[in-house]
Amino acid sequence: MSKDMMAGFELFQPDTLQGAVDLLARYGDEAWALAGGNDSFDWFKDRVKRPSYVVDLTGLTELNGIREMADGGVEIGALTTLTEIENNSLIQGRYSILADAAGRVASPQIRNTGTIGGNLAQDARCWYYRYGVDCYRAGGDTCYADTPEGQNREHCLWGANRCVAVSPSDTAPAMVALDARMHIVGPDGEREVAAEDFFIGPDIDIERMTVLEPGEVLTAIRIPADWAGSTFYFEKVADRNTWDFALVSIAAAMVVEGGNISRIRMAAGAVECVPRRLSVVEQVVTGQPKNEATANLAGQSSVRGATPLNFNHFKIPLLQNLVTRAIRDA
Amino acid sequence: MAYDLIGKNFTPPDVAAKVTGRAKYSEDFRPEGMLFAKLLTSPIPHARISNIDVSAALAMPGVEGVLTADEVRQPPAPGETVLTNEPVFVGQPILAVAAVDEATAAEALERITYDIEELPFTVDPLESLYPGGPDAREAGNVANGGIDLQQIKWSAQDFAAAGEGQLPEGTPADEWSYGDVEAGLAEAELVLDETFVTQGISHHSMESRSCMAFWQNGKCHLHASVQSQSFATPGVAGLIGIPMEDLVFIGEYCGGGFGSKGAAYPIMAVPALLSRKLNNRPVMLRITRHEEYYIGSARHGFQGRVKMGFRADGRLLAVDLYIVQENGPNTGFSDWHSAADAISIVNTPIAMRYRGIPVLTNTPPRGPQRGPGQNQMAMAFEPLLDKAANQLGIDRVAIRRINAPEADWRYGENQSPLTSVHLREALDIGAEQFDWAGRMARNGQRNGSKVRAVGVGQAYHSAGGAGFDGLVVITPEGQLHIHTGVGNLGTYSHTGTSRVAAEVLKCDWQNCVVMRGDSRKHLPWNLGQFGSNTSYTMTRTNYVAAMDAVNKLKEIAAMDLGGSADDYDIGEHRVFRSNDNSVGMTYAEAAQRAIELGGRFDGHEVADDLNPMTKASAAGVAGTGLVGVARDNLEQVGTVPALAAGFVEIELDTETGTYEIIDYLGVADCGTVIHPMGLATQTKSGAVMGFGLAGLERHIYDPQNGLPGNVSLLQSKPPSYLDVPSVMHSAAVEIADPMNPIGAKGIGEPVEGCAAAALVCAISEALGGHYFNRTPIVADMVVNAAAGRDQSHGPLDVNTA
Ligand SMILES: Cc1cc2nc3c(=O)[nH]c(=O)nc-3n(C[C@H](O)[C@H](O)[C@H](O)COP(=O)(O)OP(=O)(O)OC[C@H]3O[C@@H](n4cnc5c(N)ncnc54)[C@H](O)[C@@H]3O)c2cc1C
Repeated sequence: MSKDMMAGFELFQPDTLQGAVDLLARYGDEAWALAGGNDSFDWFKDRVKRPSYVVDLTGLTELNGIREMADGGVEIGALTTLTEIENNSLIQGRYSILADAAGRVASPQIRNTGTIGGNLAQDARCWYYRYGVDCYRAGGDTCYADTPEGQNREHCLWGANRCVAVSPSDTAPAMVALDARMHIVGPDGEREVAAEDFFIGPDIDIERMTVLEPGEVLTAIRIPADWAGSTFYFEKVADRNTWDFALVSIAAAMVVEGGNISRIRMAAGAVECVPRRLSVVEQVVTGQPKNEATANLAGQSSVRGATPLNFNHFKIPLLQNLVTRAIRDA
Repeated sequence: MAYDLIGKNFTPPDVAAKVTGRAKYSEDFRPEGMLFAKLLTSPIPHARISNIDVSAALAMPGVEGVLTADEVRQPPAPGETVLTNEPVFVGQPILAVAAVDEATAAEALERITYDIEELPFTVDPLESLYPGGPDAREAGNVANGGIDLQQIKWSAQDFAAAGEGQLPEGTPADEWSYGDVEAGLAEAELVLDETFVTQGISHHSMESRSCMAFWQNGKCHLHASVQSQSFATPGVAGLIGIPMEDLVFIGEYCGGGFGSKGAAYPIMAVPALLSRKLNNRPVMLRITRHEEYYIGSARHGFQGRVKMGFRADGRLLAVDLYIVQENGPNTGFSDWHSAADAISIVNTPIAMRYRGIPVLTNTPPRGPQRGPGQNQMAMAFEPLLDKAANQLGIDRVAIRRINAPEADWRYGENQSPLTSVHLREALDIGAEQFDWAGRMARNGQRNGSKVRAVGVGQAYHSAGGAGFDGLVVITPEGQLHIHTGVGNLGTYSHTGTSRVAAEVLKCDWQNCVVMRGDSRKHLPWNLGQFGSNTSYTMTRTNYVAAMDAVNKLKEIAAMDLGGSADDYDIGEHRVFRSNDNSVGMTYAEAAQRAIELGGRFDGHEVADDLNPMTKASAAGVAGTGLVGVARDNLEQVGTVPALAAGFVEIELDTETGTYEIIDYLGVADCGTVIHPMGLATQTKSGAVMGFGLAGLERHIYDPQNGLPGNVSLLQSKPPSYLDVPSVMHSAAVEIADPMNPIGAKGIGEPVEGCAAAALVCAISEALGGHYFNRTPIVADMVVNAAAGRDQSHGPLDVNTA
């Protein structure tokens, strides 16, 4: 297998959203939307994914920037870089959880060019899949990771369905916790999808990680005012402190009134193919005092039903600890 | 002794080019008409390739040629091939295509068809030793330097006898012992019997092993990324199949090697052979990051077992060591032997037995990596010293002090002497400067989920050789040219050791030029830049060459100005009468006289004991000045030991399995310090590499299909800036080695091992004395240990997640 040399493709650099959508729709499965390229070029250089037509979105200035919305929420253009999000005062002030999550992605170099759209729409990181094997996700008929000897330390605790890859995005759990809306434009017009529904598991479509259909562009993420300025907790545990994907991450938004948790949304990264909404935890802690006992209960409840693979059962105590911390230390 | 240059910092002559980007690495050259080559590599771990059809590739516009395994020399198995039709690991090069650009070459590779027969493979030595287990090569499963490729299987009884989780101890391929091990263990107050695993990790040098070659006037010009200049040259010529004088070998800069570029390596031959086939057109072979993980070599992994018997005061009475070395598919390196020697030197067991076996696996070729064997052993052994200390109620530094070697210690199989050992002094300096006692007071202290802990580690590597040559020229302009054949690994020791010649000749450093990096620069035969040896070996060669020049200066002065050579002295670029400074001549004048005198004065006649390479280089400079050239025949009795002690403090979070390294101090026993800044950098950067070895860098090979799980820096996880303290500390014992004219010995390798060991020890302490007996200790293992859960891997698993 020859790697590390991009194969040729035709490059389009439209300057309008409509132009981009038209091009993507015209070439369908053979087309590829390109933003910062940090995920895409990996695939291209390894010659594993070989689109014939690449549509560079970075000329679409309308997809840039962070704006306040009328309802007090915030709209983030899909091409906004992770560095901009990390350093934006509006985000830092109202949704620090997102600034924290963006700031923990990869490395400064990648955050400088990596876009929020690309971060949310990025592909699975299962090393077998990335290596270019003919697994289910790649259209084949086997999974190398979900076997007795498979090297699956980074893989899922929930949602195994022929594929055991996890959601790799650091910002995705934060978006779910914030109940963000994904604004999508495609050949058939516009639609808005809740963050929680934006990500899909192998049970729905094993070859995709999001609901984006060929030809569709994620244009913006809208974060409602509901959670602005509430109590947040984000933590990502990885082997290294930078330039590394999460082993497990946790994102929580909560409103604490009189010492009690009155409202909460919580999601975990890297334990399922989608950011895992921890609804059970939310139910367990809602209305409870924000204290150590509640935190411990939360931790315990978070791992119920986890089904580890051979090399990843450490994710059970790790998730439990992170959920505990999210309640205890937020 | 007070020196003018030795022990002082200097600006290395190549540093400006490096920091400004002007430095040209082999990949940066672009001669006119240059072609690019790309490699077809094996997709599976063991295969037979046949019916290769390159016609469609050759028919493509822009494709200029192909080089196949049939056109290159094949070493006897299990040697490392240039190209092969029987690949024994994923990524092994099968053939190369040359084209006008890389995109075309890559397209061409996809048009090549071949038949591939899958052969049995293994990624686990114990699997291969089990009766009926797979062999990595058709001709056998055991080999190493001095051990012919053969098949060895252990019996099922051997495996059963070991018991669950313990290393079986079947027939070894080599063994030695000294003293009465049985008696030592019987007499011991405490006996530990521990099975351990250390991983083999990739070298992942930042500069991959790209190379470019062309032929001109019958000579092959090769630009390559090498640690060693002179030492690598004969091997490179051999790979290409030409006499050494037909090779122009250029390796001015090297972006990291860590042992993997110490000598000639096979892929260098590809552009040279392609160029010759293609009418001498220059050919560039850029080795990709993936390929660097395939052919860039990796450290040997160990599956080991050690029994240790301690006296009540902590003195180590006996050690019984067994090492199964994961050998990779080829000859591999001597890590297994070095590991045993390291124990014998660092921990001085009164009796010791060593047994070992190198077992082939279908994983990347293994080669020496910084502290090969010694550093794996340090990570495995040092925490067990802690375990014993804790059980015996002895301080952890104290147990190391009591077992530290004395000056007259004899080590290993041959009970060999050592030139100078000051590990105990290093421990004392470290304990003092690190405030071991103060920090121990808070060792194990908890703050929420976080625990503070300290660790101490030690390591060894042999650090010097003898018998190589030095060459200096005093020019008629009065300059001193120091010709050095050491490589440019990035330590600046090419210049640090050259300064010894300037010191001996009392030259102003501004008037000195270091000649290096290109075989046309008339370089002497020097040992390679590896094995922590440069500081010791090449201070000696430069010393003897400079002394030869001093003697010739005095002889010339005596000849022209009267008296005998003994009546003369040197200083300020002059040779003058000791009792009358006004009678003398400048170096420039003396150099001019040397040229007039000819013969041995200007290099036309040289000593017979010089290496042929040095003789040729001397002939090259002959007539250009006063030539000092000599073989290092200085006395050397004993092994030169580089020793180091590392001290680390961490804060470990039991809830996340991660930790912060709060402080680090490395203390070197390296004799006279030649270059303080260089030493400090080595001590700290070695520690960074050690932290990666101990705590981050995994080596994953899927046992189902032999595929590598780490073919990128992202997947391999060397430490980042944020994983190590931004301020670290270094110190040195600074006691001169008696066998070196300036008292220097090397240090490059143990400064990694001591840090790795110290970190493993600190992690174990933070977990209240939990000994993993495995490296690297990654977050999942810490989380499991802290949560009281079993580990995912079995005690003897290798290459696993
Ligand atoms: C070394 C390395 C380390 C990394 N570490 C992390 C990490 O720690 N955490 C983490 O979360 N991620 C990590 N990443 C993943 C990821 O590449 C970056 O996070 C980055 O944000 C991706 O954004 P991009 O704009 O560069 O994506 P691109 O590569 O341009 O796009 C990624 C995918 O999204 C699609 N896409 C992009 N924009 C749109 C859009 N507007 N509409 C529709 N589809 C779109 C593309 O078609 C493509 O499939 C890492 C990547 C690398 C290479």
